[in-house]
Amino acid sequence: MAARRVRSAPYLFIAPAVTAFTLLLAVPIGYALYLSLREMRITGLGLGPGARAERWAGLANYSAALRDHELLAGAGRVLVYGGLLVPVMLGLALVFGLLLDADRTRLRAFSRIAIFLPYAVPGVVATLLWGFLYLPTTSPGYYVLHQLGMSGPQLLQGNGMYVALANIAIWGGTGFNMIVIYTSLRSIPAELYEAARLDGASEFQIALRIKIPMVLPSLVLTFFFSLIATLQVFAEPMNLKPLTNGISSTWSPLMKVYRDAFTRGDIYSASATSVVIAFVTLAVSFGFLKLAGRRAYGEDNS
Amino acid sequence: MTITTAERTRAVAPVTAAKQRRKGGWIPTLGLLAGAVYTLFPVLWVLIASTKSIDQLFSTFTLLPGSGLFTNLHQLSAYRGGEFWQWMLNSALYAGVGGALSALLSGVTGYALAKYRFAGRAAIFNILLAGVLMPPVVLAVPQYLLFAKAGLADSYWSVLLPSVISPYGIYLARIYAAGAIPDDVLEAGRMDGTSEWRLFRSVALPMMAPGLITVFLFQFVAIWNNFLLPFVMLGDDHKFPVTVGLYTLLLQGANAPALYTLVITGALLSVLPLIALFLSLQRFWRLDLLSGAVKS
Repeated sequence: MAARRVRSAPYLFIAPAVTAFTLLLAVPIGYALYLSLREMRITGLGLGPGARAERWAGLANYSAALRDHELLAGAGRVLVYGGLLVPVMLGLALVFGLLLDADRTRLRAFSRIAIFLPYAVPGVVATLLWGFLYLPTTSPGYYVLHQLGMSGPQLLQGNGMYVALANIAIWGGTGFNMIVIYTSLRSIPAELYEAARLDGASEFQIALRIKIPMVLPSLVLTFFFSLIATLQVFAEPMNLKPLTNGISSTWSPLMKVYRDAFTRGDIYSASATSVVIAFVTLAVSFGFLKLAGRRAYGEDNS
Repeated sequence: MTITTAERTRAVAPVTAAKQRRKGGWIPTLGLLAGAVYTLFPVLWVLIASTKSIDQLFSTFTLLPGSGLFTNLHQLSAYRGGEFWQWMLNSALYAGVGGALSALLSGVTGYALAKYRFAGRAAIFNILLAGVLMPPVVLAVPQYLLFAKAGLADSYWSVLLPSVISPYGIYLARIYAAGAIPDDVLEAGRMDGTSEWRLFRSVALPMMAPGLITVFLFQFVAIWNNFLLPFVMLGDDHKFPVTVGLYTLLLQGANAPALYTLVITGALLSVLPLIALFLSLQRFWRLDLLSGAVKS
């Protein structure tokens, strides 16, 4: 009897999560798939009963989404943005992590907290702060340049926008990734360093030859999460938009989904676009994990 | 263990070498301080900018404090009959209740996945984990449409419910439960005839507490900082969290620059609770959980 109780217990324990997962994730995903295959058929002016009818559209929404220039351009912009953001952010996180771990470093606690602090700042607020710092009228950087008789680069126009947006994400994300890397640096046995020092290795060589290879799994993890976050960039461009004309309402693919669904009321093509984004995210994630699994963990990935 | 060994090795290392190493410490220290200046600068800016009146904001040197802090606070509080504080309260509600429910749900699920062997365990864990990869907006649009059908769109529930399920929280709770709860303790409890539920509530839950506080803090920050979900779900200003509220203020500021001081003061006030929470609960941030390196 006790054995039967033990057998049914885990199912009761996971039941709430499975229910919530089904209702809040699985059903909406299924619904999005369903909607992406539908369309609104409008006859006449679309007024009166029966003038608007939902019907099957097959893959029409998908072929429209894949041929949409705005979506492709948006994907291109996110690619440039991510190409700038991810290497700089993780590079800084790794360097700061190594500096924190160097045993000569002082003021360690202060620096660690200060660099991690932006994690507690919402993306919306981070965007607001930097947005004002980019505006020539409220930015101290421009003020100083102006006093020197120079004009600074325009960050809220053209290609400056990529720097402006990437910087916001770098500011917000470096500390978090630094802590992840630092934590895994701390778990390396100190004997390894002592042995290397006896062999005459410099601190720099130790960092390069021992520390970085040892924290490679953490780097893979942080890269993975940064990649997913990049593909889904939404809050930052959305909140920078009121401060500049340089961001269109379809700047990133997700902004286009939002506009299609809520400004235009075309939930069908919005669903198709979001399914495409989800598919690309999944493909990139799994592809990356497979690649990283082979490289970082050796072949024993069973 | 490793720390004591390291300290011992360092102690016996020749004093001169140790001195030599300590002497060059200013390079990494300066590197880190440069990073700290970069991260603290916008915070310093918002602290100063919030003290400026609207004229001072656009006319005086940006790092020169102004004289309008109290006026700004007063105007922000008075904005539409105290709407800003309603937003703050809403954020606290969404993040506090959502975070607590999420930590509990993650706890019970992670415990079951870590401590029981049952058919379908691996499959369920993998499916739950795949939820991490789902872009929130892909979920937000159909979630909104379904909530609208159920008559729940634009309600507190529409923001709270989707925040409760956290694949990442379940993952962390499972790792923590696996490391923190010894199997023999559970077996001993079963021998004494303790029910499985009591075993979870009185034995496992207290052992998992530090891990669950971490899950709570992560969820709290994630919900407080969330923009997309409430932005999609809510239409009524009175239910906005502070992130969406500030966005609408900023949007209006494009036409009425006088609102910019309110946006800046509001931005400052909206991060203070999180920074306070973060500094006071620092020791509970088990970030090592992230890299999966749990030591019991």
